[in-house]
Amino acid sequence: MENLPWFLLLIPIASAAIIQLGLKKSAALSSALSTISVLATFIIAVLLLGKDFASSFNWIEAGTLRLNIGFKLDQLATCMMIVVTGIGLLVHIFSLGYMRDDPAKARYFGCLSLFMFSMTGIVLSSNFVMMFIFWELVGLSSYLLIGHWYQKDTAADAAKKAFLVNRIGDFGFMIGILMLWAITGTVVFEAMNGASLDTAGTYLAGTAILLVFCGAVGKSAQLPLHVWLPDAMEGPTPVSALIHAATMVAAGVYMMARTFFSLGITAENMGILGNAPDVIAWVGGITSLVAALMATQQNDIKKILAYSTLSQLGYMVMAVGLIAPEAGMFHLFTHAWFKALLFLGSGAVIYACHHEQDIWKMGGLLKKMPITAITFLIGTLSLTAVPFTSGFYSKENILIAAKDSPLLYIAIGVAALTTFYMFRLFFIAFLGKARDSGSEDAREAPVVMWVPLALLAVAVIASPFFSQFFPTNGHVEVHAVPHFGDKLVLMSLGAFATGFVFAFLLYFGKDKEPISIPLFRNKFYLDIIYQRLVTVFQDAIAALVHFFDEFIIGGLLVGGAARSAQGVGNIFRRFAQNGSLSSYAYLMGLGAVLVIYFTVFAK
Amino acid sequence: MPFDSLPTPTLNEYLMISGLLFAIGLAGVIIRRNIIVIFMCLEMMLAAASLTLVAFSRFHTVDGLPDYDGQMLVFFVITVAAAEVAVGLAIIVSLYRARQTIQTDELTSLRG
Repeated sequence: MENLPWFLLLIPIASAAIIQLGLKKSAALSSALSTISVLATFIIAVLLLGKDFASSFNWIEAGTLRLNIGFKLDQLATCMMIVVTGIGLLVHIFSLGYMRDDPAKARYFGCLSLFMFSMTGIVLSSNFVMMFIFWELVGLSSYLLIGHWYQKDTAADAAKKAFLVNRIGDFGFMIGILMLWAITGTVVFEAMNGASLDTAGTYLAGTAILLVFCGAVGKSAQLPLHVWLPDAMEGPTPVSALIHAATMVAAGVYMMARTFFSLGITAENMGILGNAPDVIAWVGGITSLVAALMATQQNDIKKILAYSTLSQLGYMVMAVGLIAPEAGMFHLFTHAWFKALLFLGSGAVIYACHHEQDIWKMGGLLKKMPITAITFLIGTLSLTAVPFTSGFYSKENILIAAKDSPLLYIAIGVAALTTFYMFRLFFIAFLGKARDSGSEDAREAPVVMWVPLALLAVAVIASPFFSQFFPTNGHVEVHAVPHFGDKLVLMSLGAFATGFVFAFLLYFGKDKEPISIPLFRNKFYLDIIYQRLVTVFQDAIAALVHFFDEFIIGGLLVGGAARSAQGVGNIFRRFAQNGSLSSYAYLMGLGAVLVIYFTVFAK
Repeated sequence: MPFDSLPTPTLNEYLMISGLLFAIGLAGVIIRRNIIVIFMCLEMMLAAASLTLVAFSRFHTVDGLPDYDGQMLVFFVITVAAAEVAVGLAIIVSLYRARQTIQTDELTSLRG
């Protein structure tokens, strides 16, 4: 039992290595191996549920520098492990169907195993340095999987974009880790204590936390680094479900919760961080609002879900910033299941409609693929926080956390928008009549694809009741029967009703978009602005660097040294080395006289 | 002896003559263009140095006798100078064969 967690790391990396080194030719074997490996890790994760222990070995020791490779199991980690391995398992099974005819199936499953290894590493790691290493590894596997169909330019570009945007956040994360190290004197989570933040002072501590948060901004795609996540939908849909909805993008929230728990930051002592928690909460709140607005005008089924993910991640980050990381983690936990369900459902739809992703070309899918449609509806209901679904309980906890803050109104508004765009999607894609040949001959998904959907739908309903395994610290409230009289519950229900009514009025039975808001459709033009800004800045910096290189370094330093040597040489060449023997003799005589003068007379 | 009436030259006078010879030799080396003349001037500078040695030898006494070490050295110098002249003249001859001139202002191929 003591060594069991190591297998969580060893099994996936062994699977990835075997596939990469030996099984590239054999798609069937490699997909089977990868699926079995994730099944094994899932069983181990279940066995470890609720355990609380740590183990490590020394990796680097030099002077006072001491780094360990180790794992730390507690409620937070074991619960996250269930999410990662559970959804991982279902996504692997789904991929068996979805990627059945893919020519690079072996590479796909190898990368999935690599991702499982990296994600497990993040969840288990007992210190920041190890977490950072695995943090980069999930970035790598995400890059590989987004760019799985690298023959398509859009996929290759999206992979590159995801990697580069994440690098920006990770740079801040690294500085943040170093600052926390300087402040607390350790990178090990268990050994950190919040008291050292006091001595460091508000500004230093707040800056350190904000820099660590930079990592979460990149990985969890918060404003202003959110641009990579919608593009990441170029990857295969199961990958979007696993990496870009359920696990990796939530790693930022997990990491912030881990940091806050380790430093022992609670609502009482959050003052030592200055304004940092407010900044985090507002970044989350604004992200959730902006992303929800963008989602209302998208036509690509995966893009809608991607913006929805952004929006829900904003919710979680907001909860973390409101010093309610338990609520954020709870939402992460429930969101992972229902968003994975929605993404896999959309995958089944896309598969059935011959890789058509535009919802306006679908329609009437409820009759043609009822299991997919009903599980999709369950996911939608959970996302829109209908009572008795998991999303309702977790969203309620976030609202409780926000109840004394103006962010509450943003959260309620986002809830209404969420209902609006999700039912827009549902009405257009699943109801009405088929609008295109693809949706006309849509058939129910094969067994390997609908079984994971059904299992996820069960998990969506049941996940709040797993919450006794949850890092609650007694703060998360789950009632079997919601308190309908509560003001927050009423507001939440009101938001749902508003969104639903508007979606019904605008989109029920429609065949084309009745309203058009270019600002939302074009994602607030942020991509274009970024592109322009990057171009302008890059050109300016390039011009500056070029000037510096060409004239200061090349002209002044290197060229200057060369030219001055050349000039002095020219002088000597012209005046001394003139080929006239008598002047050589003269100079030699002069030199002799000078030597004698200096040695004999000049004292 | 008719020379008896002449005063014995002092060390300073020998050194003056020697310095004068050396200076004339150096001036010749610097000013003249013909390599043979320059060579003669060089020999003159060597002779000036030898004269200094003899003069010091004459005036520096050990136990009442002149110190002959300096004069011994001069013999060596003369011997070596003879050899050097042979080599030097040989060089000048082959130089003339190569370039058809021994004027230094026409031998400027070492100009930078």
